[in-house]
Formats: sequence, C-alpha cells, structure tokens
Amino acid sequence: MELNGAEIIINSLENENVEYVFGYPGGAVLHIYDALKVQENIKHILVRHEQGAAHAADGYARASGKPGVVLVTSGPGITNTLTGIATAHMDSIPMVVISGQVPLHLVGNDAFQEVDSIGVTRPCVKHNFLIKDVEEIAITIKKAFYIATTGRPGPVVIDIPKDITINKTKLKPYPKELNMRSYQPNISVDTGQIKKAAKLISKVKRPIIYSGGGSVIGNASKELIEFTRLLNFPITQTLMGLGAYPGNDKLNLGMLGMHGMYEANMAMHDSDCVIAIGARFDDRITGNLEKFCPYAKIIHIDIDPSSISKNVHTDIAIVGQVSDALSLLIKELKNIKVNDISAWWSQINDWRKVDSLAYDKDPKVIKPQTVLEVLYEVTKGDAIITSDVGQHQMWAAQYYNFDKPRRWINSGGLGTMGFGLPAAMGAKFAFPNKDVACVTGDGSIQMMLQELSTILQYKTPIKIVNLNNRYLGMVRQWQEFFYEKRYAMSYMDALPDFVKLAQSYGHDGISIEKEEDLKPAMINAFARKDETIFLDVIVDEKENVFPMIPAGSAHCDMILYGDDSMESQDEKDLNAV
Amino acid sequence: MRHIISVLLENEAGALSRVSGLFSSRGFNIESLTVAVTNNDGLSRMTIVSYGDDRQIEQIIKQLNKLIDVFKVIYLTDKKHIDRELMLIKLSIKEEEKLKIKNLIDNFSCKVINALNNNYIIEISGHSKKLNDFLEQISFATVIDISRTGISAILDIKK
Repeated sequence: MELNGAEIIINSLENENVEYVFGYPGGAVLHIYDALKVQENIKHILVRHEQGAAHAADGYARASGKPGVVLVTSGPGITNTLTGIATAHMDSIPMVVISGQVPLHLVGNDAFQEVDSIGVTRPCVKHNFLIKDVEEIAITIKKAFYIATTGRPGPVVIDIPKDITINKTKLKPYPKELNMRSYQPNISVDTGQIKKAAKLISKVKRPIIYSGGGSVIGNASKELIEFTRLLNFPITQTLMGLGAYPGNDKLNLGMLGMHGMYEANMAMHDSDCVIAIGARFDDRITGNLEKFCPYAKIIHIDIDPSSISKNVHTDIAIVGQVSDALSLLIKELKNIKVNDISAWWSQINDWRKVDSLAYDKDPKVIKPQTVLEVLYEVTKGDAIITSDVGQHQMWAAQYYNFDKPRRWINSGGLGTMGFGLPAAMGAKFAFPNKDVACVTGDGSIQMMLQELSTILQYKTPIKIVNLNNRYLGMVRQWQEFFYEKRYAMSYMDALPDFVKLAQSYGHDGISIEKEEDLKPAMINAFARKDETIFLDVIVDEKENVFPMIPAGSAHCDMILYGDDSMESQDEKDLNAV
Repeated sequence: MRHIISVLLENEAGALSRVSGLFSSRGFNIESLTVAVTNNDGLSRMTIVSYGDDRQIEQIIKQLNKLIDVFKVIYLTDKKHIDRELMLIKLSIKEEEKLKIKNLIDNFSCKVINALNNNYIIEISGHSKKLNDFLEQISFATVIDISRTGISAILDIKK
C-alpha cells in the first residue's frame, strides 16, 4: 500500500500509541491535518495559541508520564511554541513537537512563514530533526519518541517540509528496534559507587535526603519512600520533587530552597551528608554556592552525568536511573548498621517548633495562604494542582501537602507565566475523572486566557483558583524588599471582571471576598464536576511569601514571617536574580 | 589551561552548530575548531581547542557527551597524542630579503605554493609552536595575510 508522508506521520503516531495531539493548523501542515481528519485513533485538540498546545502537551506528559505531542505549522507556529518547548526542556519533560516547514525547494529563501525551526529550537530541545525524504519519516518519529522518553527526558522537534508530507512511499512495518550508536541512554549503576555511598551513609551523624524532580519523572516514589524509611533519615524536596514522598509524613521536612521550610534549610546547612536524588543543585535551591552545605559530603544520584559536579562538588556520584540506584542502595544498606541519629532528629524537631508557615489572619481580608489550605481541605489533598509562576506558585507548593507524585504540575525551571491553565487542561485529558485545579494569579492567568475556549470545546472541566491581589505579587515582593518599595510596573491596573470573563467563555465564575465564603464556594465549585469554574479570590495585596532566602544568601539566613522586613539586610547582592 | 578535545560525531546536518552552539550558550571558550570526515562511515572528527579550569573542562566534556549526535569524546590533553596545524601565509618580500626567506623556508620545511612579483604564498605545517616561531622569524617581511586551520589531533600509537 502506498501512503503519502502525512499518512505515514499519522501511522507512526498510532504506532507510538499517541492518544492526543495538541495543535493548530496552518499552510505547511495542511496535508497532515487532512490525514488526521480521516482517522479516529488520534484525537486532535485545537488550542487557541500554539504556546497553549505545548503547555497542554506538557501538562498531559507530567500528569500521565507519557510523552506529550504537539503539531504546529511553520514560522509563527513553531516560534509560538518556543516558550512551551523551553519550559518542558528545563523540567525534563518528554515531548515530541512536529512542525511544518516550507517546501524543501523554498527552504532558505525567506519564504512566507519560513523560520529556521531547527536553528531557533536547538538551544531548548533535547534534539531536533529536519526530515528531507519521505522514507525518513517513520524512523525519525521512532527516534524522536525514543530520545524524548529515555535517559533524562526532554522535548524533541521534528521539522517536516510540506512537500515531504505529500510525497508517496510504500507503507513498511513501523520499526520495532532502534540502533543509535551515538545515543546510549541506558546506564547501569556502578555497584562500586553504591558500596562507597552505603559506607558513607552508615557513618554520618546529620544526614539529609534532598530529592528533586528526577524522583517524580523517574517514577522512583516507591523506592524513595522505602529508602527514606529504612534509614529513618529526614527528607526534603525541591519544588519539582514535591509528591514523590508523602507530604505529611513525619520524616518529611517539606520543600527547601529560596521559599523552603525553616527546618529543611537549616538541616541542609548543618548536615554532614546530603544525599541528592534526581536533583540538580539549581540556584533557587543552593542560594550562595560558597555558603552552601558547608559541612556536608555530597552523594549525588542522577541520570544525567552533566548534572554531577556542575554547581556543587560531588563526593560520591551515582549515575543511572534513580529507581535502580535506590533499589541497589536499599539492598546494600539492609545489611549495614547505620548510626543512631536521634540527636539530629531532636535538633530538627526544635527547628520545626519555629513553625515557619504560620501566618496572621486578618478579619478584613482573605490571606492567600488560607486559600491553599482550604483548597487542600476541600479536595482532600487528592486533586492534580497546576500553577502559574509567582507568589501563588510558592504558596501552593508550601500549603498543599502533595502526597503522591505527578499531582503537582508547575514550571519550576523556566518559570513560565501562562503555563498553568493549558497545563491543567492537558492533565485533565490524561485523567478525566480526577479533580484538576489551576492555582494562578491575576498576572499569570492573563497570559494564556484564550485556552478557556479550548477547555469548553473539549469538555475538560477544571477549577481555576485565582489569587487576585491586583499585583504581580512576586515582583512587588522583591520591589518591597530590594527596591525600597518602588513598585515599578507591578500593579495590575484595569483588570477584567474575571467572573464575567469566564462566563463569556461559556464557563462560570465566583468572586470571593470574605473568608467565610471561601470554603462553601470551593465545595460548590468542586461539586460541579462537569463545569469549569473560575474562583476569583480577592486576597491581601500586601502578603509576602515566607520563609525567604534572599538571592545570594546562605540557607541559614532566612527571613521569616514577621521579621522586620529586609531592613536588617546590610549586604545586598544587586546582581542576584 | 589549554585543552584539546577530539569529538567523533554523526555526520548529520546541523551537528556542527550543535557543538558550536553548546560552547556559546554555556559560555565555554573555543580557541580553534576543525572538522572533517573520517574513515569511519558517517562519522566526522572534530578537534576542539578550548581553555578553562578543570571544572569547566569536565562540564564541556560531559555536555559534549550529552549531545545526541556525539559518538565519542576523547580528552587528548592528558593522553599521548599528536597535534598539528597547517598555515598559509601571503608575504611581500623585498629583493634583499630573498635569501633570508629562502633559508627560513628550508629550516622550517615550508613550501612555496605560488610566487608573483615579490609576493609569495607559503605553506607550513607542524606543531602550533613551530608555526608561531616561523611567524616571529619572518616578521621582517610584510605579512599580507595568514590563514591557519587550527589544530587537528590524533591519539598516538600505543606501545
């Protein structure tokens, strides 16, 4: 049977068991859309902006663990996805993006809607391909999915000129095996390193487990829990790592880093052995590198060798799948007696008494923290929560105790405002029967609003929890602390009426201004399973996120709730970001 | 410190820009970079001369290995290797300098590729130091232009 290139693409996607393609048509991909139209296995989701397609595919991938798939046209189609691709890349999310290209004979001619897709995407993909022959389509798609989903996952772009999608070829069986001599992602863990690590672990007195996004993406939650409980060691997680270890467990110190828990940051600072698991020592975690974990030996487990000793010197490196490495470590440690660390625990429990998430209520205005606490209560901690970027993101991370992996979906690496809404839609496609809520702010939500329309069209009801403080809250917070309260451009004037806006998109909205209305409104919203409800919660505009390690400071230099602002900070690092 | 890295990579379109892009996006330095096909089907060899501290070079090697098209990265600096460079020099020489130049050409085993109206194109190859020495010694003449290939290197024969 002869098929054209477009049909081969669809056939290949079927072979990759793709359920959903998030995309937007345009000239260069019309043959592909024509082929999509005449089949039923793959559902195409028509977004309203290509960036929304990438975020939706990303949200789908983060929730399900399966690769997200995007289809866009050439030129502005692919450039609009760039932010979404970079977002996925920074957080190691498996994604395959197929972009149309002008016909081969026009490539390089500055043709209509032409952009060098390979060139512009190269710095923010794991790999990309330009297909120049219809015979290469199937094998390239096979490679793209393989690269996107193995090793340290990431986005892969396939650029296909329009003429290639109409050229015909004989349909051959979809390749089963791949032999890529230059890409060998399956690294087996070095057992010598496991022995060394186990020996060190058995001798330390003030250990801490520092777990990151790799424990979530690498599906290592089970092993992480077993490992932590076997040792009875304290564990802290990065923003991306939340959920891999149960949020309410007594060994869990919560999130660390810039807005991490007091006990987590203090324990990192005083620790004599940090066991980093699928984490990359990013600047939001380490603060000032020179003052980072001054007493600790570092054991680092990661799938990506380039993450090891990149920012912080590693004493014992274990390269491989997090789950494999932990299984081997568990086996090794079962026969080894570890130190009694009860003195360390009593120190940690003293730090816990600081209660760094405590905050003062105000009878006149809703505190944003309360909104997250109520959301947790109403959803019984069982919803998938996506977020945008800013203060609301930090409060969600702090106050919604994620008990399971893949429940917390946010742009940690790139920090992309606008991510939350399309990501929530993508997550809802992956889990249609689960509650999905997008925690957002009045700044972020306006960046991808148009996807409210897609959400209506495909009946993916979600709840939007808008912490409306009339400010770009995180910017305002930094301006309050570091720019003597000069609030340059951080006030959001002329905000829309979000309730009416949601209604005009065919959804419903509830405006909430009093704390006593909060819980009933949320119960009401989540009871309406088939509806998207926009909860516009008017919150205290002056609230700040605490604890906070000012950029460039050490873990032990936190500002806590109620501290006398930043005036005590004598040394300011103006280049810190 | 100066480092020589040999990279075997798939001879795919865009492979070179992946490597050069990696160096610029991560702020690594390139002193020279040469690339050409090898005897191995579909593989090109790239020789990169870079400088930086130990941690930088460790990152460079790891990041190169991470590129999908890269088959093998060999850090040559700490291994026995041969590195050579080719240089073409266009000179203008006065009548009275001719003998001096002829001696230099003999001493450095250069080749005169072309000569016209006191203008000469000379080819010299060897270790970079030899090329630099030659340039120093002909500084009396008027150098119109030079073109250097950058280093190409290979592992030495194992004993």
